[in-house]
Amino acid sequence: MNEKQRIRRERLRWHSRRALLELDLVMRRFWQSQPELLDDRQAEQLERLLAMEDHDLWEVLSGRQDLADPTLQGMVALLRQPTGF
Amino acid sequence: MKVTVRKFDAVIVGAGGAGLRAAIQLSEAGLKTAVLSKVFPTRSHTVAAQGGVAASLGNSEEDHWHWHMYDTVKGSDWLGDQDAIEFMCKKANEVVIELEHYGMPFDRLDNGRIYQRPFGGHMSNFGEKPVRRSCAAADRTGHAMLHAMYQRNVKANTQFFVEWLALDLIRNAEGDVLGVTAMEMETGDLYAFHAKATIFATGGAGRIYYSSTNAFINTGDGAGMAARAGMPLEDMEFWQFHPTGVAGAGVLITEGVRGEGGILRNSQGERFMERYAPNAKDLASRDVVSRAMVTEINEGRGCGPNQDFVLLDITHLPPETIMKRLPGIHEIAWQFAGVDALREPIPVVPTCHYQMGGIPTNFKGQVVVPGKQSSNEVVPGFFAAGECACASVHGANRLGTNSLLDLLVFGKSAGESAVEELQQLPKSHKDLPADAFEQTLARLNRLDTQKDGASVHETQLAMQRSMQKHAGVFRFADLLKQGVQKILEVQKDVERTEIKDKSKVFNTARVEALELDNLIEVAVATMVSAEARKESRGAHVRDDAPDTPECPDGRDDANWLKHSLWFKAENRLDYKSVTLRPLTVDTIALKKRAY
Repeated sequence: MNEKQRIRRERLRWHSRRALLELDLVMRRFWQSQPELLDDRQAEQLERLLAMEDHDLWEVLSGRQDLADPTLQGMVALLRQPTGF
Repeated sequence: MKVTVRKFDAVIVGAGGAGLRAAIQLSEAGLKTAVLSKVFPTRSHTVAAQGGVAASLGNSEEDHWHWHMYDTVKGSDWLGDQDAIEFMCKKANEVVIELEHYGMPFDRLDNGRIYQRPFGGHMSNFGEKPVRRSCAAADRTGHAMLHAMYQRNVKANTQFFVEWLALDLIRNAEGDVLGVTAMEMETGDLYAFHAKATIFATGGAGRIYYSSTNAFINTGDGAGMAARAGMPLEDMEFWQFHPTGVAGAGVLITEGVRGEGGILRNSQGERFMERYAPNAKDLASRDVVSRAMVTEINEGRGCGPNQDFVLLDITHLPPETIMKRLPGIHEIAWQFAGVDALREPIPVVPTCHYQMGGIPTNFKGQVVVPGKQSSNEVVPGFFAAGECACASVHGANRLGTNSLLDLLVFGKSAGESAVEELQQLPKSHKDLPADAFEQTLARLNRLDTQKDGASVHETQLAMQRSMQKHAGVFRFADLLKQGVQKILEVQKDVERTEIKDKSKVFNTARVEALELDNLIEVAVATMVSAEARKESRGAHVRDDAPDTPECPDGRDDANWLKHSLWFKAENRLDYKSVTLRPLTVDTIALKKRAY
């Protein structure tokens, strides 16, 4: 990972700090399990998801609302994998 | 390390409801105003507030601010200051209408007025019957509020510094507050915001507990900075808990689950609420249910490998009922407990929700500390509002929907007071003292050079577990005493935390270590204040405070009708009297709080 990618990842990690605890927990689980797997394409998908409003993002991640953009489904599925806390 | 100084008329730390409301006041008065926030303003924790904002508009039925005041004093278990409570309840209509003018999309009645719904503890005619007082925007009230106020601030030219972490208060030898030091996360560079007025609106510190409904950003940054700068923290023993948060995660399971027939069980499978509340059983009030759960856990009937939670069972309910009436619960149980709630019970534990105490202020939002003349001397240049402050309107317990009202009213009054104070001051800023950045530089240097130190994550976990066990929803003398020792040991580890990553740009490990410096101040203040208060009042409930005619429900007005003040220096406690005299009406006389 080069410096540019590292900074992009760290910025995403901070943008995973949210207004809602539910999202904090989902994102913490993700960062504890997946960070090294994050490629540039996935990073871009995550940026788009994290740009959403908190309530809307939680609706999507809790399966109550579908995303209009099908290209983000893979990342949503990754974030939704439950492992317990 | 280089520190760049930037000058503003006012600096506000925190861009949730209180910070944004204060900023409107300052910017619209033409003052050069900076707002620092760790996250984008509309991602502040105010977003999570769903219930609404209380105001006696009387749009659906008769209502009056005096009735609202009575409910708030009673809810506070008479620990709230009655001047501040009168001020807040009287101002409620004004700040709600202002918000409407900012573009807040409140729910409406057919006649176009703001729709109002009833909420626990809000009554008409001095406690007679429930009244519709809560104004909401569907279930996104906090979110809509932040958007409306953020837009208003953009229009007023408020300067936002997003993803900046405030580090320490700057004070001169006279004790005046002259601004804050802060770190820009994107670069790791240090700045000083030199200001004539500094307003803290940093929210609560619910992350001191292991089980908390609070988002991760709620790390008590304002309280920590104030404590390090020699300011006391007021009434920190009072925290509101919710009985059913998912164990280990904190996510709330609504009371509606028990309303639909959910049953609490211990490790033996027993429906234990039958022993504590034979009639209401699982539908007993929040405090009764929470206390019963803690008693089961403390007496060894908790579940799981550490016997530290109980179970909420809905497996006997028809799956279609769960999916229809309790949508979201199945997903929450699956996501955060890893259980299929249709087939397995959900692990739950009483969970910290709201901080009643904080930085002491008067009803004008000015920070006040004990001095030579009185116990409420104004600190020049320093203001606080919202959950980080203690005005004190919530006293020993907060009513639902009064938190959004608190941040609007006191955000505005802190802003107004700052504008007034600035008008009296000379045009130039007071000089920064020679050692203005010393504390910050020492903290950062210590963190960067620490060898063989403690892990931030492990230390934070030790703090959270100690708080949960020793100063939870139901408190015991021996546990509190041990808790004081434990938290002081954790504090020593906080002073020697070590981070492996020393990079400058977006170093989240460094931010988390600096946040822990703030959390620990709140945790110590809470434990020490709770151990010392030998009564039960509101949310502070002790096992050894018996219900007697002199002390109903363990509340001891003769000895404990007073505010706690905890000082970091020497880990010392002091007390000050509760303001029982309102501004214009008669005192709401002491009586037993019964609903």
